[in-house]
Amino acid sequence: MSDLDTKERIQPATAPGEGIAVQFVGDADFPTQDMSVSIGPAHPATHGVFRIVLELDGERVKQATPVVGYMHRGFEKLAEHRDFRQIMALVNRHDWLSGFSNELGVALAVEQMMEMEVPDRAQWIRMLMAEWNRILNHLMFVGSYALELGAITPMFYAFRERDDIQHLLESATGGRLHFTYNQPGGLKIDLPKGFLKESVQVSQTVRTRLPDYFDLVLGNEIFQGRTKGVGPLPPDVALSVGATGPTLQATGVAEDSRVTEPYLKYGEIDVEVPVGENGDSFDRFYCLLHRIRTSLDIIDQIHDHMPAGPVNTKLPKMVKAPEGATYVRTENPLGQLGYWLESDGGRTPWRLKMRTPSFSNVQTMPYLMEGALLPDAISILGSVFFVVGDIDR
Amino acid sequence: MMASLTHATTTVAQTVSLFDGFDGFVLPVILKLVFVLAAFFVLPLVGGYLEHKVMGRMQHRRGPVEAGPFGSLQLVADGIKFIQKEDLIPSAADRWVFAIAPGVALVPAMLVFLVIPFGPGVFALDFELGLFYALAAISVSVLGVLMGGWASANKFSLIGGLRAGAQLVAYELPLIIAAITVAVQAGTLSLVGIVESQATFQLFGTGINVWFVFPQIVGFAIFFVAAMAELSRPPFDMPIGDSELVFGYMTEYTGIKYAMYMLTEYAGMISMSALMVVLYLGGWQLLPGVPLPGCEAGGGLFDCSPTGIALGVAITIAKIMALVFLMVWARVAYPRLREDQLQRVCWLVLVPLSLANLAVVTIAKVVF
Amino acid sequence: MAATSPPGTGLLKGLGVTVKHLFRRPSTLMYPYERDDLAPRTRGVIALMDENCTVCMLCARECPDWCIYIESHKETVPPAKEGGRARTRNVLDRFAIDFSLCMYCGICVEVCPFDALWWSPEFEYSEYNMEGLLHEMEKLREWADTVPAPPPLDDGAQPPAEVADAIEKAEKERELAEAKAAEQAQAEEQGADAGGGAPAAAKAAEPKVEAGQIDQETYDQLIAEGKSERMARSKAKAAYVKKEKARLKAEADAAGGDEAAEQAAAPKPAEVHVEAGQIDQETYDQLIAEGKTERMARAKAKAAYVKKEKARLRAEAEGQAEGGDAAASADAAASDDSEQASDGGAQAAADAPAQEARKLGDVQVEGAGEIDQEVYDQLIAEGKNERIARSKAKAAWVKKRKQEQLDQEGDA
Repeated sequence: MSDLDTKERIQPATAPGEGIAVQFVGDADFPTQDMSVSIGPAHPATHGVFRIVLELDGERVKQATPVVGYMHRGFEKLAEHRDFRQIMALVNRHDWLSGFSNELGVALAVEQMMEMEVPDRAQWIRMLMAEWNRILNHLMFVGSYALELGAITPMFYAFRERDDIQHLLESATGGRLHFTYNQPGGLKIDLPKGFLKESVQVSQTVRTRLPDYFDLVLGNEIFQGRTKGVGPLPPDVALSVGATGPTLQATGVAEDSRVTEPYLKYGEIDVEVPVGENGDSFDRFYCLLHRIRTSLDIIDQIHDHMPAGPVNTKLPKMVKAPEGATYVRTENPLGQLGYWLESDGGRTPWRLKMRTPSFSNVQTMPYLMEGALLPDAISILGSVFFVVGDIDR
Repeated sequence: MMASLTHATTTVAQTVSLFDGFDGFVLPVILKLVFVLAAFFVLPLVGGYLEHKVMGRMQHRRGPVEAGPFGSLQLVADGIKFIQKEDLIPSAADRWVFAIAPGVALVPAMLVFLVIPFGPGVFALDFELGLFYALAAISVSVLGVLMGGWASANKFSLIGGLRAGAQLVAYELPLIIAAITVAVQAGTLSLVGIVESQATFQLFGTGINVWFVFPQIVGFAIFFVAAMAELSRPPFDMPIGDSELVFGYMTEYTGIKYAMYMLTEYAGMISMSALMVVLYLGGWQLLPGVPLPGCEAGGGLFDCSPTGIALGVAITIAKIMALVFLMVWARVAYPRLREDQLQRVCWLVLVPLSLANLAVVTIAKVVF
Repeated sequence: MAATSPPGTGLLKGLGVTVKHLFRRPSTLMYPYERDDLAPRTRGVIALMDENCTVCMLCARECPDWCIYIESHKETVPPAKEGGRARTRNVLDRFAIDFSLCMYCGICVEVCPFDALWWSPEFEYSEYNMEGLLHEMEKLREWADTVPAPPPLDDGAQPPAEVADAIEKAEKERELAEAKAAEQAQAEEQGADAGGGAPAAAKAAEPKVEAGQIDQETYDQLIAEGKSERMARSKAKAAYVKKEKARLKAEADAAGGDEAAEQAAAPKPAEVHVEAGQIDQETYDQLIAEGKTERMARAKAKAAYVKKEKARLRAEAEGQAEGGDAAASADAAASDDSEQASDGGAQAAADAPAQEARKLGDVQVEGAGEIDQEVYDQLIAEGKNERIARSKAKAAWVKKRKQEQLDQEGDA
């Protein structure tokens, strides 16, 4: 037990929230031993096989070390041996909650390299699908974060909404999670008759049910007690580790590539970016919940804009990206997703590098968890929204 | 006013159990045992079914539907499943402690049922220290939890067990103070006596018959919150805290031992609700100050016809289930508190409040 | 804690939200008893229509996780007519999909050029062990009966390529027919004494039949044969269209009278044979210029070549025989073509003289379900698979019966 250790303990805890202040009197050479607790890889709060090793002093976290890679599936290497059609089916699986947005990134990259003109209608439909996908993703986290804090009910409500949306998307794409709806140059097939009508209807349903989440979770005093002031993240730290999405927006940085670097037709509509103030767990959840609302606003705008016309362009028999490289960034539900696509002119990419939002967001954890209580560590773990497949790829 | 209080004390003498009406020594004892066991095994199942269904409907789903009519035998099916499961003991566990811990938790929960009056004369035992005995027995349960947490040789279990211990120590205090306040008001520690004293209790200075919940609404709230914390029911389920501690002290338990812990929890819900019904909600009485149909003024065993007794039991159970419903409602609606927030709520809010409540009631009693 | 509202409001609101749902109808479905309507595009299971499969192996090659197993053998088909070339073709022996490996991406369905693979929304085929998820041809064929019709597209959508092509083609045909009608009118004016105009005009108008109704007889028969409901309906529809056309034509012929029949019989040239295989360069270039794929252009150009060649030969033959006017012969050729088309699968009829072919088509034979045992045995002996042999034997039986009927009529 070093002197430094002892001194730290003597000082009253300045942890977020109202923590227990452990005080020692006299020499303070009270023999204590730190306990190392491995949260994960098979822990209910990590929803996946994410592992984080906590050095605990009582219930206080002294050090948190994320251990990633349990779910490494080698997407980048696999992509080097798949043609672009197969890559579409592959990439919607690394972040399994944002299948469409992942495909979209690759499709945009390929189109950019092949200098393809994507028909207007395809772009608007892509936006519509991407926004629905975003809501799907966020609803999942609204449910799971509340569950991590011990509230079981929001999960069931969220899955009810998710089912409506998945049913809608299934009617157009055939899939509920892995849509495989994009192809270079547009979409595989146009929307079925009545899709837009149903889309309007589902959007209204979700909108009318949204206040339930505000009342049940966000406004709840216990929830606020568990999240306000827990794991505050300064913007500079968030930027330095490359955090994006709700994690970054909660710190007050209104970075959203739909606004700052619009792709598709996002430049033609109003995109609101909700931001937080303190970057704590509460703000992260606040941003998440409000992003559902703004996505619904975007969807309503898309409904008004939807043009008629073709949804795909004529493709050569073998889609080959010309020699060269490109980087495409899109606003995935969890943050910024980047694909670096390098081609030697063949039918498969020479290199497909992914910059996934979850991986960067998880980098904030050692900073956030230091000094937090064990239950706060869970509160932080849940509020830095991630998908394990998206971290490990 | 004094008259009513003296009357309350006189009724205490009238506490004779229904089962003492049978001849001999052995038969009443056997009947009492059967009664306690039946109550212990049936009521938690009813409460559990209520929880399943209410929780399901509140979460916009159906709850159990397959096992039995409307899924009512789901918990029985669960029990059978648990019995069939493999009984695992971790190799590093303290085997004996690990094995007996669920029993240590279960038996006190069963013993509480000895003194709970379910209707006029429908109880196994009534003695002067009934309330004291019930509270003491309930708090022994936590020993089983601590033992299980320690013996599992699992960090999560240990933290869960310790949290349960800390929680119990903290919440025992407001719980007991709130209960004492009722005893002061009733002038007896006998549970049957407390029920019967509520039959004639009138609000200070008025002629309105009320149960103790009206003068002691604060005490009732304290008791309710403390009871949920003591049972580690959500939102006070940090000892289990599935997202933090996997499943707390129950992490390593499987099969019948796990089922025993679960039964302890549900039995605890029933016994705590029953205590609240007895202490605050007038026990088997239908309305304050109005004798049960089929019963005469006092409402003791000898004042009631068989239908009156049956009605009394039904009313008690209905009140218990209403309280179980409230507990389930809180579980559905709220997230979990943090351990230190729980302690703060206890020491900074509940304990001072309950002490103030005690003082106010005592002064009122002396003054009027 | 809540800044704007008094403490406890959040807690009360939470209770309110949950109790509100207590009195609502649960949103869950009682699954095995109630079922959700799955969209027609749902990727539930991959169904195989093995009769469409040509063992091109595209699906197996494109599959990202190689879960499609195909086995086949080559076999030689005897020439369709005397002096023709024997052909080899692939016969599918095994087609299996391992659904424990399949990732339901739909690439196989997408790449299949012959519409042999389809998505079906069926999803209840879980198994207790992984081996059970390897499904063979028979099982995949069963699922084909559950494939729903594709949903109509959104109003703003561009119609699919096939439909667009068909519309374009119909448009062109209409223009052509108009032009021809105008020409005909001219020809009639000019050469009314030549006497070839009227019947030709009558012939040129191919009777139009409204599709959509089904031929109940065929339908019942197919159902009785154990065909799936969907398939029976589609075949019965085709049968209806065919029958109706035949009927209309017969009516038209009758209206035309003896004179027309005489006229029609007189200039009818002998059927000409054209060796297929060459392509019409002009058509080919044009199609390529239009942006058609190479494969399609070649196929169309081949067809164009055959047609042109036939017309040329026939014109020559006619020129030798009578020197009748070119318009009439072209019309006759056109009508031959259309008749052959309306004969459907009866390729054998092409060999017969044109007149007889027409008559064969008109003759109705009841009970198409029987098979010609002789042909069947022979085919089996040749090593054909049972299904093909049966279908061919059926066709042979029908043809025989038709011939018999014709002969009887002739005798009478």
